[in-house]
Amino acid sequence: MSNITSQDIKKEFFRSKMGIAGIIILTILISTSVVTIVTIPVETFQEWNNPGSWITYPKAATPVWVNLFLMEKIPEHKILTEPKINDFSNNEMNLSSYQFNFNFEYDQFPNDFIYSYSTKYQDSPLLEMTVMRPDGMKLKLISVALPYSSTNTIHDDKIFSTDAMLKKELVMQNEKFDFNIDKLSSEEIVFSKTETNEPLKGNYVFVIETYEIDKKSEIIESNLIIGGKAFGIMGTDELRRDLAIGLLWGTPLALFIGLVVSVASVVMGLIYGVYSGFKGKKTDEALMRFNDVIYALPALPFLIILSVTISNSIFVMIGFLMIFGWVGIAKVSRSMSLQIKTRGYVEAASMMGQKDSKMIFKHILPQLLPYAFASVAISVPAAITTEAGLSFLGLGDPSFPTWGQILHDANTFGAAARGLWWWIVPPGVMIAITGLAFVFIGNALDSIINPKLKR
Amino acid sequence: MKKYIAKRAATMFGVLLITLLITIMLVGSNMDTILKQGVVFQVRSEITENPEIAQSFSSVQEFEGYIQDRTDERIKTLGLDEPWYSPQRIGLTMYKIILLDFGQATFLTSDVGSSDVKDIIFEKLPRTILLFTTATILISIIGIFVGALSASKIGSTVDRITSSFAIISSSFPVWWIGMLMIFLFAFTYQIFPARATPDILPSDPGYIGSLLYHMTLPLITIVMIGFGSWAYLVRNFMVGIMQEDFITAKKAIGIKQSKITYTHALKNAAPPIITILALSLSGSLGGAIITEAVFDWPGMGRLYFEAITVMDLPVIIGATYILTVFFLVSIFIADLLYGYFDPRIRTNTE
Repeated sequence: MSNITSQDIKKEFFRSKMGIAGIIILTILISTSVVTIVTIPVETFQEWNNPGSWITYPKAATPVWVNLFLMEKIPEHKILTEPKINDFSNNEMNLSSYQFNFNFEYDQFPNDFIYSYSTKYQDSPLLEMTVMRPDGMKLKLISVALPYSSTNTIHDDKIFSTDAMLKKELVMQNEKFDFNIDKLSSEEIVFSKTETNEPLKGNYVFVIETYEIDKKSEIIESNLIIGGKAFGIMGTDELRRDLAIGLLWGTPLALFIGLVVSVASVVMGLIYGVYSGFKGKKTDEALMRFNDVIYALPALPFLIILSVTISNSIFVMIGFLMIFGWVGIAKVSRSMSLQIKTRGYVEAASMMGQKDSKMIFKHILPQLLPYAFASVAISVPAAITTEAGLSFLGLGDPSFPTWGQILHDANTFGAAARGLWWWIVPPGVMIAITGLAFVFIGNALDSIINPKLKR
Repeated sequence: MKKYIAKRAATMFGVLLITLLITIMLVGSNMDTILKQGVVFQVRSEITENPEIAQSFSSVQEFEGYIQDRTDERIKTLGLDEPWYSPQRIGLTMYKIILLDFGQATFLTSDVGSSDVKDIIFEKLPRTILLFTTATILISIIGIFVGALSASKIGSTVDRITSSFAIISSSFPVWWIGMLMIFLFAFTYQIFPARATPDILPSDPGYIGSLLYHMTLPLITIVMIGFGSWAYLVRNFMVGIMQEDFITAKKAIGIKQSKITYTHALKNAAPPIITILALSLSGSLGGAIITEAVFDWPGMGRLYFEAITVMDLPVIIGATYILTVFFLVSIFIADLLYGYFDPRIRTNTE
């Protein structure tokens, strides 16, 4: 095993298809992580568990690309934040109009629509909301006077499609429809054809106008949400969180957990095993008995008890995973160092009176490096799946959106029973792909180190 | 050989004690708090049951003082006044646990309603053994045959499919596949029940049938994910052996390839395979925690999970102990088998 040079390994490695596949997947994962860390602001992921920051998103929405495969298109959730603003004023009267223009090309009604605004005014301006439909019809939705104030105030409010006044206003315009609209909800009226109650496709313009006399009001924020059933490339979960963000942030976290745990365990195991084998006699005996003890501890029950009683912080968890990770590697590297110890050059070095540490680090460890790399690669998937498993049981660090955490939430909200496949499938596929990349690399290295398996 | 067994057995017993000690140390302080709260609660409820005592106090302080005195007295008689880490208390607890006296569960009960931890555990244990032992045996049988088949035709399509299936399946978490299987076969196509807990009482004559029916989905999942890596392992052992001189010699004499594979080569690959079988039997019990939580299988794993969620410490300690015992016994058996099959260890006086 040790008469292969690192040059040979590199050459052999790039000749194996599996190794190359592994490297390619890993590169993709790493670049995804880098892109994620650079482009998605850290705040989004810190806000992962804050329901308030996801309020404008839809509940349990499918990914938008699903529409490509459907005959009946599901309405997409739209958050319109950039209205066209027009200001008019003549003499005393000031009018500002905010127009939201969007295309509605779906075969189902939207869930709802919400207009949220924040405005600065004095007195009591009038706010009016109308919609211009693709068939040219103009529907009046609501007209409200904002609460009176003698000084300049800032007023935040939302107009929901479920608003009783809005509904009343629509019912008053029932002569425009050929069917009875009393029992329908507002969005089913606004987005309906006039002849039958079916969605009318085309370009809609929602117009919000404020009128006031003398004073000039100012709308600071104004956005319109057309509630749909499809959102984003990965959909959303029951808590309205954008799953794409969770999945993306999961990548660097999984790589971090996997690599730190496996590199640390391999280094620990390697040094422990080599030292034990090199020293021999009593030291070896004592170290190996200790190794036996750790080896015989049932890992998962212990990890669970540790995370419940001590801490479930992700960093502490990495430490716990290391405790159980180094044992097997220590055993193998001990037996390898026993073999290397008997080689001529090591014996020669020891006769020359070199220090133990120098002999271990200079003569023995370098021989074990190929094995070390292979074991790092092979032990990464185990670390990732164990962490995911603990998170799945609800014992993970809730402040980090790991893949296991997402699956835990999916299980809690009964995603399988409700058919929310986009909540279950992608996190697991990501875990598997990440594992696969390392297994590929590990196996490619392994078959170079143990040529017997190749052929 | 005897010395070897004795030495292994001693190590195992040591490990058992250490595991127990670590468990008690981890949950000990919590356990103390819970026990003390229990005493206070007991004292208070006794007073509320006897209105005469409650009325005999003139002030709140007096009442509280009385409760405090009674509580201290109880704590002293129970030996709780010493800290949980005092050697006597740990020693006593460990002694009790080794004799399988785990005490009373705080919240959980068995199906029959007993809150004795021993009863709870021995009710759940057979179900876990039933599911995971069946699965492991199926996995190893399928694995050995597929592995031997692909080892006899290295580089063939069968070999490639087995190897790639093994590699791919090993990187999927079993519980995630479980979720998918539930999604597919319990909700989309309603073939199997989603919850693996049988819905009738154990006393019912149809219970066994119902249990087996509920077991199907978890069993299929575990076997599907498990056998690939087994086959790969067996294949790798066999490939090593197939390159040995004695196999080449047998080929040269003209013994049939299939006979060589299934008798001579497989026999020589037996020691490591049997060792791994013993290990994976016990390893499966540990992995049961997550799998049982997904499928809601009423075994040890789910019990453990439930105990953790409600912090039922006697159950946690008891279940950890039983799991460790199983784990150690199988490591021990694996060691012995390896020693028995591997002539190098058998003849070694060490």
